[in-house]
Amino acid sequence: MTATTTARTVPAADQRRAPKRRTPMWLVLLFLAPASALLGALVLYPIGFSIWRSLFNSTGTSFVGLDNYARMFTDPSTFTALRNNVIWVLVAPLTVTVLGLIFAVLTERVRWGTAFKLMVFMPMAISFLAAGIIFRVVYDQDPDRGVANAIVTSVHDIFSSQGSYPDTRPRDAEFLVGSDTAGYTSADPVEPGTTIALPMLGVDAGLLPEEPVTALEPEAAEPGTISGTVWFDFTRGGGGEPGQIDDSESALPGMLVQAVVDGEVVGEATSDDDGRFVIEGVDSAATITLPASNFSAPFRGVSWLGPGLVTPAIIVAYVWMWAGFAMVLIGAGLAAISRDALEAARIDGANEWQVFRYITVPLLAPVLTVVLVTMIINVLKIFDLVYIIAPGSSAQAANVLAVEMWSVSFGGGQDFGMGSALGVFLFLLVLPAMIFNIRRFRQEQR
Amino acid sequence: MKRTYALAASATLVLTLAACGSDPEPTTPATDGAGGETTGEETATGGDTATAEDTATGDDTAGDSALPDLSGEEIEVAAVWTGTEEERFTMVLDAFEEQTGATVQYTSTGDDIAPVLTPRVEGGNPPDVAMLPQPGLLNLFAGQGALQTLSPEVEAAIDANYDTVWKDLGTVDGSLYGVWFKAANKSTIWYDVEAIDAAGVTEPASWADLVAASQTISDSGVTPWSIAGADGWTLTDWFENVYLSQAGPEMYDQLTNHEIPWTDPSVEQALTTLAEIWGQDGFVADGAAQTDFPTSVTNVFSAGNAAMVYEGDFVAGVISGETDAVVGETANFWPFPAVGDAPAVVGGGDVAVGFTDTEGTMALLQFLASPEAAEIWVQEGGFTSPNSSVDTALYPDDISRGIAEGLIAAGDAFRFDMSDQVPPEFGGTPGAGMWQDLTDFLNNPEDVQGVMESLEANAAAASGQ
Repeated sequence: MTATTTARTVPAADQRRAPKRRTPMWLVLLFLAPASALLGALVLYPIGFSIWRSLFNSTGTSFVGLDNYARMFTDPSTFTALRNNVIWVLVAPLTVTVLGLIFAVLTERVRWGTAFKLMVFMPMAISFLAAGIIFRVVYDQDPDRGVANAIVTSVHDIFSSQGSYPDTRPRDAEFLVGSDTAGYTSADPVEPGTTIALPMLGVDAGLLPEEPVTALEPEAAEPGTISGTVWFDFTRGGGGEPGQIDDSESALPGMLVQAVVDGEVVGEATSDDDGRFVIEGVDSAATITLPASNFSAPFRGVSWLGPGLVTPAIIVAYVWMWAGFAMVLIGAGLAAISRDALEAARIDGANEWQVFRYITVPLLAPVLTVVLVTMIINVLKIFDLVYIIAPGSSAQAANVLAVEMWSVSFGGGQDFGMGSALGVFLFLLVLPAMIFNIRRFRQEQR
Repeated sequence: MKRTYALAASATLVLTLAACGSDPEPTTPATDGAGGETTGEETATGGDTATAEDTATGDDTAGDSALPDLSGEEIEVAAVWTGTEEERFTMVLDAFEEQTGATVQYTSTGDDIAPVLTPRVEGGNPPDVAMLPQPGLLNLFAGQGALQTLSPEVEAAIDANYDTVWKDLGTVDGSLYGVWFKAANKSTIWYDVEAIDAAGVTEPASWADLVAASQTISDSGVTPWSIAGADGWTLTDWFENVYLSQAGPEMYDQLTNHEIPWTDPSVEQALTTLAEIWGQDGFVADGAAQTDFPTSVTNVFSAGNAAMVYEGDFVAGVISGETDAVVGETANFWPFPAVGDAPAVVGGGDVAVGFTDTEGTMALLQFLASPEAAEIWVQEGGFTSPNSSVDTALYPDDISRGIAEGLIAAGDAFRFDMSDQVPPEFGGTPGAGMWQDLTDFLNNPEDVQGVMESLEANAAAASGQ
């Protein structure tokens, strides 16, 4: 390799400066030796060995030919990884480049552009590992920890309110039938003039009034009314008679109780501080309903790192990291554009959009391509963010080739044959992008 | 030629880009499998005790007088322990140095011991003794012929001090290779004392009691369980406890070795049993699928989102380290109740193996099998010894004594964590095999059949290689 490269360039030089003595071959080799030795040992040998190793089984003891490759394409987890890689390559580089372009163009025009650039570029100063950990917290399910869910839940809570007793349920599931999303309704109608007991269970201590009031027996019902008590039928520390209001069992104030006849609410009441309520104006037997509004659970936020959203969520983290890098490269390209062309277009009457679309972007095309291709290479080998951000339960759903390669070889499988095969496959995927980049470098040098 | 040049150049570009991307070398997170579990073990302090057992038979059992004079010999020991654990293990090694005059050098491999040992074994330069955190590694190295069979003296020490189950666990294909030095008890349920008292629940003696207790706790307005669904290994431990006690140790071994399929009725029964808690409305705290192990503990002891969390003895370390709860006062544990006829203990441990056949190696292994060696660390805390000759009175507090006594009392009903014994691609890989299947089961506890089929398919694929 080295010999040919020299041989190719030397004669050209010889023709012009004929009298100059030809460099002896041994000297050429001597100078090239350290670099080639390093390249060979650190780059060529590992590549070659990986290819060779990929033809062997997990322990490296028997030759299996292309078996690993065949297995790779029939294995469902590699398939998920491949699919995710495709999503990554289609979405991430383009988003990064577009965002970088927008940032670069805008920062050129605002007064505090440099400060803005600095901020957008800042994530590049953080390692992938740290960024991964940051985003794992950002996407935490608990709104008290995860910023993403904190925003989502606060916005949601503006539009809908939480019931007073989420997760609370009636003790007597035969008398009151239903669920916390549908509300609870009595199975049989209740005659006016009766008193009813509504023992409830599962009340979170935090939902009771600060100084809970002991529930009282219901008042005697007068004709045309239904009276009763709603209380938390659980004695602290256990004991207590189910369905009886025992000492120190708390009342549940503020519970809405409705009397319904033929689907129409004929009367309703809200339990007072000692848990008692009286529904007036009930003329005939009515079903008793505890509407769902009493029990509506608080909004728990979005499961960002669940199997469905995990890949988009990680891509957002990636874009957050790399948009700044793209902005700086594109910004440099922008600075190199000749102002004359822009001026000329403006004088010719082009508006700003047209200048951007027909002058700036075409002139920037080489830089944009470099950024895009670099990002594609970068995204194909994405590992860290996926490995760190995806929780175990979504690891399968977020899988990409590089993570798959690691997990079959080091993450438990110890199958270095399969790992090498995946590595070779990944190398083949990156290869076209790299050849393209190298071609471009060559052209620019000419 | 030109092609090769381009190839080399592009490969260089990959390397350069990799460097630009500042990809950090991925370190195995602490929650990643058994290695993490082992290092997660910390001191347990205070609390109630199981019945004291007369296991202390004195120091003379192992006969430390038999240790040879090894002046001038150098022995290298490799283990995953760092920090406090390293310090305490070094104290054990110091005692050995004093008795024999040998020089022992300790090498810490960090969480992941396999990638450190494998190349050293292949390169013909292994440490003399290594502490392996999984039986799988023991089988792996034994299969490669890298391990030395224990000398008759070491075997005698094991016979004198250990239950048969531990000797069997150190045996591969009829040859005895390992001394189990450190153990973990993974049959403990940790609870918030206040929540349990408020609900008026007492220690459950059976699975039915546990389910009833969960219902009572739920009635009292507290979610009974916090489950770490994001870390599949906690789910496999749940399953193993239920299966071992319900189906019995023999069936457990058969399932471990995949001699019975995962579609066996016993698996169906265990999963159905498990669903009595996993699938019950309101029994499991919200967001279980995304709760990792440390969070599942803080959920109970700091956030108060749940009353109980199941995992091994190392939960005590997380409680002391990450919450304000005090183990033995505001936090305590119950042994995992009997699901079938008899309670059983699932656990883990570190096995000492010899890679070289020198006199020093065997002497050190013999020393590690003696109660004397274990007692040095026992007194310091954060250590459970599987050695039944160890005087349990030496444990520094009631909790750690309770854990150790539970482990010893299980005797031959002790079984090693199944997920550590099966091929790692089935039992130890995030997002694959048992971990993923049981995560799916936690998300959808009604699909017993589907989970069984998936488990069987994955187990077959893993053992087929």
